[in-house]
Amino acid sequence: MAVTETRETFVGTSVKRREDASFLTGRATFIDNLTLPGTVYMAVVRCPYPHARIASVNLDAARAAEGVVAAFSGADLAEDWKGSLPCAWAVTEDIKMPPHFPLAVEEARHQGDGVAVVIAESRALAKDAAELVEVDYEALDATADVERALEDGAPLVHADLGTNECYVWKLETDGVQAALDAADVVVTRRYVQPRLIPNAMEPRGVLAQVGPTGEATIWSSTQVPHILRFALQIVLGIPEAKIRVIAPDVGGGFGSKLDVYAEEALVIALATRLGRPVKWTEERSENYVATIHGRDTVHELTFAATKDGKITVVKSEAKCAMGAYLQLVTPGIPLLGAWIYNGPYDIPNYSVTFTGVFTHTTPTDAYRGAGRPEATYVLERTMDALAAELGIDPIELRRRNFITEYPAELASGLTIDSGDYHASLDRLLELLDLDSIRSEQTARREGGDTKLLGVGFSTYNEMCGLAPSRILGAIRYAVGGWDSATIRVQPLGSVQVVTGTSPHGQGHETSWSQIVGDQLGVALADIEVLHGDTAVSQLGMDTYGSRSLAVGGVALVHASEKIVDKARQIVSHQLEVSADDLEFADGTFRVKGSPEREMTIQAAAFQAHSAHNLPDGMEPGLEATATYDPPNFSWPGGAHAAVVEVDTETGDTRLVRYVAVDDVGAAVNPMIVEGQVHGGITQGIAAALWEEAVYDEDANLLTTTMTTYLVPTAAELPSFETDLTETRSPTNPLGVKGVGETGTIASAPAVINAVVDALSHLGVTDMQMPATPERVWRAIQEVEA
Amino acid sequence: MIPAPFDYEVAESAEHAIALLGEREDARLLAGGHSLLPAMKLRLARPSVLVDIGRLAELSYVRDEGEHVAIGALTRHRDVHHDPLLQVHCPVVSFAAGTIGDPQVRHRGTIGGTLAYGDPASDLPAVMLALDAELVVRGQGGERTVPASEFFTGVFQTAIAPAEMLVEVRVPKRAAAGWSYTKMTRRAQDWATVAVAAIVERTNGAVGKASIGLTNMGATPLRASAAEDALAGGATIAEAAALIPDGADPSTDYAASADFRRHLAKVLGRRALEEAVAR
Repeated sequence: MAVTETRETFVGTSVKRREDASFLTGRATFIDNLTLPGTVYMAVVRCPYPHARIASVNLDAARAAEGVVAAFSGADLAEDWKGSLPCAWAVTEDIKMPPHFPLAVEEARHQGDGVAVVIAESRALAKDAAELVEVDYEALDATADVERALEDGAPLVHADLGTNECYVWKLETDGVQAALDAADVVVTRRYVQPRLIPNAMEPRGVLAQVGPTGEATIWSSTQVPHILRFALQIVLGIPEAKIRVIAPDVGGGFGSKLDVYAEEALVIALATRLGRPVKWTEERSENYVATIHGRDTVHELTFAATKDGKITVVKSEAKCAMGAYLQLVTPGIPLLGAWIYNGPYDIPNYSVTFTGVFTHTTPTDAYRGAGRPEATYVLERTMDALAAELGIDPIELRRRNFITEYPAELASGLTIDSGDYHASLDRLLELLDLDSIRSEQTARREGGDTKLLGVGFSTYNEMCGLAPSRILGAIRYAVGGWDSATIRVQPLGSVQVVTGTSPHGQGHETSWSQIVGDQLGVALADIEVLHGDTAVSQLGMDTYGSRSLAVGGVALVHASEKIVDKARQIVSHQLEVSADDLEFADGTFRVKGSPEREMTIQAAAFQAHSAHNLPDGMEPGLEATATYDPPNFSWPGGAHAAVVEVDTETGDTRLVRYVAVDDVGAAVNPMIVEGQVHGGITQGIAAALWEEAVYDEDANLLTTTMTTYLVPTAAELPSFETDLTETRSPTNPLGVKGVGETGTIASAPAVINAVVDALSHLGVTDMQMPATPERVWRAIQEVEA
Repeated sequence: MIPAPFDYEVAESAEHAIALLGEREDARLLAGGHSLLPAMKLRLARPSVLVDIGRLAELSYVRDEGEHVAIGALTRHRDVHHDPLLQVHCPVVSFAAGTIGDPQVRHRGTIGGTLAYGDPASDLPAVMLALDAELVVRGQGGERTVPASEFFTGVFQTAIAPAEMLVEVRVPKRAAAGWSYTKMTRRAQDWATVAVAAIVERTNGAVGKASIGLTNMGATPLRASAAEDALAGGATIAEAAALIPDGADPSTDYAASADFRRHLAKVLGRRALEEAVAR
């Protein structure tokens, strides 16, 4: 629905995305569209083995090949690195943080680990010449299995550490054991959550240019230009002030571009050495081994409960794959879920332990939801297991444990500011018509139908809006969680908004215009939102963790308030009335009681710039910057239901309905919210039914292309039925919470609960993700045997 | 993403294409390109020259030839799917063509390309085998006709000699027969995990004689001979379906284990036969 400018507010309206015109007409600017005069192209020679000693690297044939400008081994470039690729989250004091340089020198530790680079006059020539690099590898033992990696005698990823255990992190309240001992019922379940491979539509890409005095500009397909900038100083030693990072249109991230990658440092080092711009565009098959992966955890989750279903203890022990190296926030990903192992439930005793484990695999890091899908999955699966154990309806069991009073202080130490989990569940059940699903389910079972129905639920919450800087500091995250906004009202009244967030599909240009349009009373068409360039947006903490609106969006409000305050002083001076006697609405200041005496904010902006008649001591111009550090996380929640049809003869499992009711606080742009919910749900369903990175026993990745790693398409999915319930966050003036990850967090357990529900009468009690036809069929065979 | 270097030639006629093929041993024909080009981009295929036959309009046709329908090798899957002649006389062919890949693949991919590629997971090879189709192959010495049962010789291997090209597919008219192509895929556009083509002659509403082709149950498309023989001997569909995987040697891969494929062949085969009898 298009908006009209006569609406009372822009916020709350489904304004069409201003970003889409360029995408839909092929005029977006992605890295691969950018070329500078004299650009040369980098290809990376990657280790084909999961683990290998690099005996020698012979670059002679590559250097002699057509169009080749240069070729370097890891050893050749070692002197260029002033520091390791950074890991910003040392989660414990004694965490093992092995160095990680852009190219491996003596030992490669996962398939795809870079060992040499070739630079040529075209991308194709670089690729051809890279094939001519002769690397003498001595293959070494390897493992991709987190449990095996912790066994005695397991192949070590970093031999000098003497172990594959990266860290053990624990959060436990007093009295957990006593509560376990006193419980009527204790249920423990084990869950394997497979490794996932992010597939952004635009793979990664970087282009770097280094000037004669060492000033470096890098264009990167990144979510985090600001973080990348200071990380590059750490790796390259170039003062941050001389580095400019530009993130042009970025074709998807999902966390995979929330990182600092080897190639980003390499192109700058090479541009410095060669005096020419250097560009690299990731191939899709490189993306599968050289861009971070997600998930890959083995959990044991325990609930203790009274016989009437009041949960008294949640205890989680998880082994979490780090991969071969620690990327930007690799060790901290499990921690992003550490405080929501109680979910929307009031559970007084709390114990969460994570063991970070090195394996000979591509590093893991943030992938949509980051730690929270893992937590929610084991929690919501175990809710159903406990319901079955107690003979209580799973919906009723959830209701008996919901948090209902806010602010809710959690056993884990955080505080949920607002929510209404019953309201979301009530609305979900209205939309679902559970009775008719249950009667159809029964009819099919009794009729001997080979296509069985199952319905599964997931009631969830999450913590996002990352994050209060003090809390981040307390949990040893190296950077802050604030964000910034700068608003400049131009002399003739149009408005430039500079944001510290870095959108890559989220539609900030549209939503931010709506917020500022309301605050300043200016037309959307007069607002331009600038982002993604550290020379334009100096202050920012970028876009990830559903943080942009709840942090950067709030900064817009505070910057707008500063603008209005200054304009008010100008108007007060010019109209010769007290500032207190001015009302501001719809972009116009009016004198109380004499509304014919008025001045628009545009007129005030002109006065601010002409500076002919400003109050004494006032600086010209109408510009304000605000940084906002949130006092709390934000806490979306909701209730989801999946209905599946399982073919008992083939195991083929199809989703027939998916209903989601989310509470994301106030929705600035409901259409964008709905888009985020749909995409998020799809990514969770993908994990539940299709996607899985599969390794063989020697840690070779078997799912190396989109042919074997199954990203679902619209053809596999029903239209989702979505709705919102709204409890405004009292923490921020917009009342917003965040929506980027809710769907992914909630959906996988709903789908798997539905699969188990479909087969529960046969005796099936568990199903590993993804529920492939073969897994489903074998589960049926096992209970029938 | 970026193929190894190769030369590119445009064929002006079938004869020209055959002549170009004869010039280099590792030359490959380029038709729709939806199998070959991805393999080249992954550098799994490295022909030194591509002979583009995409402009040979004379090889795109569906013609009534009396006892059979002749399909030109360059006929796109989309056109096979929608062809009225095939829909009447060989409906299993047009149906199966409509299940290949996705719309982009069906608009570019050709019947000759998918048969000549020899992928046992592709749909039309098993259909042609079940129909006892004939394939017309042309070389510098002229044309020869190869029965489908002799055409598929191994994984990505066919009876086409290096300097030959497939020019036509001859499909017997089977308008009266019941038919089914029952396929299971993980995603809509995927290759079949397993699929079964069934063509049945009905006797008093039951299966009289059946031909059963299997997709992705071995190195080549296969006929389920044991099941066919059992049906000819009066077995029920359920009895015959249990024999469908006999003699098959399916692979284990991302989509299924060999054991599961054998099981699926029985289930899908039973469903295919039931559907064919009813259709």
